[in-house]
Amino acid sequence: MCSRFREGGAAAGQRGRSFAALRMTAGAVIVLVACQREERNFSGMPPSATSTMPAARESGLQPGPSVRSTSINGPYEQNAYGVAQGKTLYNAFNCSGCHFQGGGGIGPPLMDDEWVYGSRPENIFETIAEGRPNGMPSFGGKINPDQIWQIVAYVRSMSGLLRKDVATGRNDDMQVRSQEQAADKAKPVQSALPPSAERQ
Amino acid sequence: MLSLLQQSHSVLNPSSPQTRLIDRLWDAMYFVSAVVFVLVVLALLLSVFRRRDSEAAETDPGQERSLTTAVSIATALTVLILFGFLVYDVAVGRQLTRGLGKDALQVRVIGHQWWWELQYRDSVAQNWFTTANELHIPVGRPVALELLSTDVIHSFWPPTVSQKRDLIPGKDNSLWLQADTPGVYRGQCAEYCGQQHAKMAFLVIAQRPDSFASWLAAQRDTALTPTTQPAIRGQEVFLASSCVMCHAIAGTPAGSRIGPDLTHLASRRTIAAGTLPNTRGNLAGWIVNPQSIKPGTRMPPNQLKPADLQALLAYLETLK
Amino acid sequence: MSAAAAPVPQPPPAYEDQERVRRELEQTWAQPPGLWHWLRSVDHKSIAKRYIVTAFIFFVLAGLEAATMRAQLARPENTVLGPDAYNQFFTMHGLTMMFLFAVPIMEAMGLYFVPLMIGARNVAFPRLNAYGYWVYLCGGIFLYLMFFMNTGPDVGWFGYVPLSGPEFSPGKRADVYAQAITFTEIASLVGSVELIVTIFKNRAPGMTLNRMPLFVWAMLVQAFMILFAMPWVATATQFLAMDRLMATHFFNPAEGGDALLWQHLFWFFGHPEVYIIFIPALGFVSSIIGTFTRRPVFGYPVMVLSMIATGFLGFGLWVHHMFATGLPQLGESFFTGASMMIAIPSGIQIFCWIATIWSGRPRFTVPFLFVLGFVVLFIIGGFTGVMIASVPFDQQVHDSYFIVAHFHYVLIGGAVFPLFGAFYYWFPKVTGRMLSERLGRWNFWLFFIGMNVTFFPMHQLGFEGMPRRVYTYLPETGWGDLNLLATIGAVTIATSMLIFVINVVRSYRVGLPAGDDPWGGETLEWATTSPPPHYNFEYPPVVESRSPLWDTTGEMPVVTGLRTDVRDTLVTTLLDAEPDSKHRHPNPSIWPLLSAIATTILFVTLIFTPWGAVIGTPLFLLALLGWGWPRGRDKREQQLVESEA
Repeated sequence: MCSRFREGGAAAGQRGRSFAALRMTAGAVIVLVACQREERNFSGMPPSATSTMPAARESGLQPGPSVRSTSINGPYEQNAYGVAQGKTLYNAFNCSGCHFQGGGGIGPPLMDDEWVYGSRPENIFETIAEGRPNGMPSFGGKINPDQIWQIVAYVRSMSGLLRKDVATGRNDDMQVRSQEQAADKAKPVQSALPPSAERQ
Repeated sequence: MLSLLQQSHSVLNPSSPQTRLIDRLWDAMYFVSAVVFVLVVLALLLSVFRRRDSEAAETDPGQERSLTTAVSIATALTVLILFGFLVYDVAVGRQLTRGLGKDALQVRVIGHQWWWELQYRDSVAQNWFTTANELHIPVGRPVALELLSTDVIHSFWPPTVSQKRDLIPGKDNSLWLQADTPGVYRGQCAEYCGQQHAKMAFLVIAQRPDSFASWLAAQRDTALTPTTQPAIRGQEVFLASSCVMCHAIAGTPAGSRIGPDLTHLASRRTIAAGTLPNTRGNLAGWIVNPQSIKPGTRMPPNQLKPADLQALLAYLETLK
Repeated sequence: MSAAAAPVPQPPPAYEDQERVRRELEQTWAQPPGLWHWLRSVDHKSIAKRYIVTAFIFFVLAGLEAATMRAQLARPENTVLGPDAYNQFFTMHGLTMMFLFAVPIMEAMGLYFVPLMIGARNVAFPRLNAYGYWVYLCGGIFLYLMFFMNTGPDVGWFGYVPLSGPEFSPGKRADVYAQAITFTEIASLVGSVELIVTIFKNRAPGMTLNRMPLFVWAMLVQAFMILFAMPWVATATQFLAMDRLMATHFFNPAEGGDALLWQHLFWFFGHPEVYIIFIPALGFVSSIIGTFTRRPVFGYPVMVLSMIATGFLGFGLWVHHMFATGLPQLGESFFTGASMMIAIPSGIQIFCWIATIWSGRPRFTVPFLFVLGFVVLFIIGGFTGVMIASVPFDQQVHDSYFIVAHFHYVLIGGAVFPLFGAFYYWFPKVTGRMLSERLGRWNFWLFFIGMNVTFFPMHQLGFEGMPRRVYTYLPETGWGDLNLLATIGAVTIATSMLIFVINVVRSYRVGLPAGDDPWGGETLEWATTSPPPHYNFEYPPVVESRSPLWDTTGEMPVVTGLRTDVRDTLVTTLLDAEPDSKHRHPNPSIWPLLSAIATTILFVTLIFTPWGAVIGTPLFLLALLGWGWPRGRDKREQQLVESEA
């Protein structure tokens, strides 16, 4: 292959070089992707955080959105460790109490393609931090922003919005759903109102 | 600075009947092994450096015969020694696993990444309580430990008071221990369990029965209601911030079981699973950025306003 | 294979014939220079040399990892490595030493010297042999590429579930762990099949089983142990990969799996693994002691039976790695008994060697020094091994630095010291030049002292409660001084390794010419030139005793009748090595390399996507097809057939 390029004169040589450059770039991309997937971020600060949380909340009532997360593409979207942490927190903070293992119940399902308040990471961040009408409490100030980002990444992985090599496998629990790695990408669809709101 | 330890925590400095048995077993094995080692190395050196007749035949049948005898005797002695070890060892093993008396104290030890949850059991359910990382036991009374894990495999090992036993998810293990002399004995997780395996220590605090009883009574109480102004504010901060998502304080709405129970935090000697002495400064540093002390630990950093932090510390210090 | 006229022992042919035969053999078995031919080589010597060099490079890498860890542990609360990096380092150190250094290099020594010692032209399946090496190389490169991409395994070489399972090891690190083991599995299984068949069917006429050199016996026992041990870890790692990638529940207690199942499977391989590394070393020691005391090793039958006994007993000890898991006491006592029993054959062998030295005339060469060092270190490791066979004592020191000390005494003292002895002993045979004895003595003494300074204090650290696999420790624990001492020892070992590398590089270029038999050895490898020709021997020698080179006066009888214009080899019977038939060996081929690459593509892509099977399997089948495609006769053969007609 290479020798043919060499024999083929200047034009082919050019092509050979750009081919090599392409391969090197591809290699570099693979390396970077792997690094991002495997990184363990222990600082506890989201890599590109722009918002600070009010430290402590006085009561359950609170004014409108004070946290405006600019369009940060969630810091853990490509980080397997962050997604796994998100999964642990999802269960630990009892998100499963309402959303169950993604199938929904009291709260809307998270593993389907329907999104009431948007499927982008910053939308989900706001949903968790600020709460939403009809039952979603606000966790800003109670959950560290970094951990919210981890939960965001995990929630997105439930409907296959993350790469499969980043999403989590099964837990050492009773199996109630297939592992997130196997979730096929559910193309997000805007849904008008949550079912609970419709009933009212 | 407060020293974490009052005594050496070596296997060779036993403070309990079990570890003493094992120490004696070690002494015996060490002594025999040392003698045999010296003999074998002497034989080796002698065989290398012994004077040789320059004209002797290459292989002398008489010599071969005596060598055969020597090798046979050495082999027979090896077998005998090993058999002796085996018998002694099984005898010690039987003593270590003999049944407990009825009066054993029941404690459930649950391993977490990377701390120890301790649940003290009692025939009266109201008397149950949970603490973390410091196992208080009465001197001279057997303690039955039930060893569980909720995540990965850990191993419970306080060298001076007990041998080790793994905490395996899905498998209930048990271990009994008993301390002879009052003291503070250090132990550490002995099974690799992830990022902070190195900082998953605990203390075994052996107390005289009366002081243990008063400790027990104090632990069974719920937390004191704060009375001073900063402490009252501190409790508000605790209940309104991320602390409450993971920690429990009996007597308050905080009831999460994800992190260590903080009901009597101020009565503990260390924080962060035996990593830091429990002082106000260390506690503040730990709350603000635990990741700088135990990178990878499950507790996130907390960006509290300075006044809130001081109030929180004041509150935590009241949790005797 | 043709059952044609079985060759018979004959006196060596006349000189002119020998010249012609040599030329023809040279032409038939030649490996022409150039990369293309290098990639196609099926010569056991050139493949084994690559194996040894590659494994040594991995040894150096693993050593550098160890040195970095020692730097981190030199002081309490040190910051050379964080927990994340440290965990990858200690895992890579263990994995590399066990799977990429120890087992491959021991097998490689066998693949190089077994055919020479039994008078064969090559190993039994030369292309399979090449395939084994390429798979091993690809696996090693894969593991280290992943390591440099921050995807190095961080679950320990023992990879206990659930820590290595899907819930607690996110990302691909643990998948890399599982798959890297699969690679080296294949390579070692291939090597063991090679060795077994070669030893059973390709021995020189007259080399009955009871005349086989002890080294060959050691390799035979080791090969059988690999054959029976490795499938278990392959099973375990496949279970793990399936748990992680396909959500099976082999190790999930909540769904009827069992976390301890992994430990049983792993240690059922993991304990024999120790003997897989150690038994070849016994072979090196016996070879070296025989040569340098100028007498056959004392008690040949007992030595052989001891090795076989070790091979069997090695499979009955695995539970002593699990004494702290709370298994029933009676069961544990059984494994205590078995673990103590295995000390008996080891003891017998040490006594026999001492008896050999006693009645022989020792020469203080560097290989012999390494053997003396081996005996001393191995006894220490052996004694601590007997101690930790005791359940109560092990429940104290298990997973503490006492264990780290114990198995480094066994593995470095018991296997690496003999290996270095073997390097000094056989380097002249492989390269035709002697290693420097002066540098060799420096190498030995620094290694011996460094080894003890590093690992002896660790016994005490274990007693003081220092667990294994900790990335740091608190100053209050008081472990700092002994750890610093251990780090100083590690620097000493590193220095001795540097001296060894200098010695090899220098001697390879300007060392004293060795001649065929520089040490006056007893076994057949010293009968051929240094380095040996591609065809090893002009005629297969006929063996009439255990020490053919010492017992034969004058010319050694040989077998004639093998063709020199094609790659004919002699096949002999299993027990008595009577000439049985001839076997046509394959020519060099690129297909083993291509098959190995296809295997690699299959394994690596499978980690990332199930489509890996769809891509990789046809590729591999295609490569096998190419490998096995009938090519008919080659040009020379065709001419021959025509001329005969």
